[in-house]
Amino acid sequence: MTISTTPQTLYEKLWQTHLVEEKAGETPLLYVDRHLIHEVTSPQAFANLRFNNRPVRHPERTIATMDHNISTRSIKIDAAGEGAANQLRALEKNCKDFGIELFGMGHKNQGIAHVMGPELGLTLPGTIIVCGDSHTATHGAFGALAFGIGTSEVEHVFATQTLRQTKAKTMKVQVNGHVGKGISAKDIILAIIGKTGSAGATGYVVEYCGEAIEALSMEERMTVCNMSIEFGAKAGLVAPDQTTFDYVEGREYAPKGDVWQQAVNDWKQLKSDDGAVFDSVVTLEAKDIKAQVTWGTNPGQVTSVDGIVPSPDDFNDLTEKESCVSALAYMDLAAGTKITDISVNKVFIGSCTNSRIEDLRAAANVVKDYTAKGQRVQSSIDAIVVPGSYRVKAQAESEGLDKVFSDAGFEWRLPGCSMCLGMNDDVLEEGDRCASTSNRNFEGRQGRGSRTHLVSPEMAAAAAIAGHFVDLNS
Amino acid sequence: MEKFTTHTGLVVPLDIANVDTDQIIPKQFLQKTERVGFGVHLFHDSRYLDHSGKEPNPEFILNKPEYKGTSILLARENFGCGSSREHAPWALEEFGFKVVIAPSFADIFYGNCINIGLLPIQLSEDEIEQLFTQSQDAKLTLTVDLTNNNVSFINETGTKISFSFELGEFHKYCLEEGVDSVGWTLNKLDTIEAFESKMPSWQ
Repeated sequence: MTISTTPQTLYEKLWQTHLVEEKAGETPLLYVDRHLIHEVTSPQAFANLRFNNRPVRHPERTIATMDHNISTRSIKIDAAGEGAANQLRALEKNCKDFGIELFGMGHKNQGIAHVMGPELGLTLPGTIIVCGDSHTATHGAFGALAFGIGTSEVEHVFATQTLRQTKAKTMKVQVNGHVGKGISAKDIILAIIGKTGSAGATGYVVEYCGEAIEALSMEERMTVCNMSIEFGAKAGLVAPDQTTFDYVEGREYAPKGDVWQQAVNDWKQLKSDDGAVFDSVVTLEAKDIKAQVTWGTNPGQVTSVDGIVPSPDDFNDLTEKESCVSALAYMDLAAGTKITDISVNKVFIGSCTNSRIEDLRAAANVVKDYTAKGQRVQSSIDAIVVPGSYRVKAQAESEGLDKVFSDAGFEWRLPGCSMCLGMNDDVLEEGDRCASTSNRNFEGRQGRGSRTHLVSPEMAAAAAIAGHFVDLNS
Repeated sequence: MEKFTTHTGLVVPLDIANVDTDQIIPKQFLQKTERVGFGVHLFHDSRYLDHSGKEPNPEFILNKPEYKGTSILLARENFGCGSSREHAPWALEEFGFKVVIAPSFADIFYGNCINIGLLPIQLSEDEIEQLFTQSQDAKLTLTVDLTNNNVSFINETGTKISFSFELGEFHKYCLEEGVDSVGWTLNKLDTIEAFESKMPSWQ
């Protein structure tokens, strides 16, 4: 590890320790430690390798999973439909031909890439992790520089184990103090995006700091870092600490013995130095953060559950004003509507943002409160719970959470990306309104003409039973 | 990758901010294992009235006959945000676009464009506004000169208007020469191996 006398940010430390070459006239070359791949963004990269007769340089540094377009009702590849099955079989063949480890359908390690990597100890502090998926920033929760890449870059990593990257600017997002009771990591990140706007961090790598962030568990930190891309950031980071080391230690792929000790010693240096200068600083007071619900068609169009749908007149910026007009039309919402008066007919608990064991426990606790009062999912609502991986599924079932959900009228499904992007058959119909624990409320994201409200697992669970959004703290 | 030096083409203005890659190419069209077949699905939900893509939406600007043959897309801020799918620039390229001009781009989309030889040009809000005014009714033909880093057009009074743009030095080189970036890096294997020999064992 490089020790510099000038105060450095965590990002600069990660950059320096991975800089293979920086040369005038060329974009800097960075080393990639871990590459996660899935069926959708890899086939064309493999095809180009074959065309050019190039091998995967370090197959042991790449791990494959099936997640994006698999069925959540069956472990059979063909259950996903013809196009998806074709892609899944291509991934099987590509991994076999190029010597890459694959967690295929029903494998105990299979899961959404950003759930699977951390839980297996593949995600380590101080590494660079890439994946052909924009939510790769999730792994930044461990103090890894992790970001999404395109298929041309997937090919570049396969062939060289490096990537060319322009250095980003640095942003510090400081969340002071502690959040109130019932406020989740999802509420923290939605409040941050609400403050910065959906492009507020374009060109930046964000480091999340402050007591409210330090107090989070690893699962919660992953939820925060996961949505870094939703305000435009290249990556999100949390400095590793004892919480991180305790989470990683003993996991299947994590270092062991003396190597583990050496790793922890190195990782302890991975924090922004006192006096390190950030290009931008955003500060929030945790006590002001309330439970959040998006009302519009980008994640920055968000407000608190005790608020109302805004009016275009509330915005001074012309673009924001126009975006508000079109969002209200698409979402079929009138300005001034109380958030708690918005009814939903679909509920999705899952995605790489909120499908980990803590998310499912939090949602299940809300469900239990309702079932104790004799209430269950309304008959007019379809609600599904999709664990993020087979390990999460097994853990949840060992705790009886599946039964809590299914007894209350939720469908308990098999792991996958599912309705977050609707590449499989978990798609919303035109006009559906969904309380979703995913990360994007874009027009048509969960199905053409469908309407998405991004919320925490607790809020989604409550909406499934109450039929509308609920201020659980009131 | 094809070499890019200059290009002259008809500009189509897409007057929407925060166009995400889900809008550019919806997820149901990502199930291919080939690199072709995406252009027909570009902007699917806006471009077609039906799910199957058989009924063009006459109101959508790419369907207006006067913009047929367009090769330069003029867009608003934060173009290409969201998903990292390279299928979005593939679809734009296959439709016939050579250049996308916007006041700002999402980072991953920008890099993906460079990597396939689709030129992303960032101009100031004021310059973008002028181009939006000029491009109404399919009246703007723009010349993009990558060698000299500028775009130019002749306005209604016959005056040549020119705006300069910035592009990273290596990005420009790769576009101009049609560089195989993987091959370029593979020439540096010695440097990469030297780096690997010094890495800590846990890494």
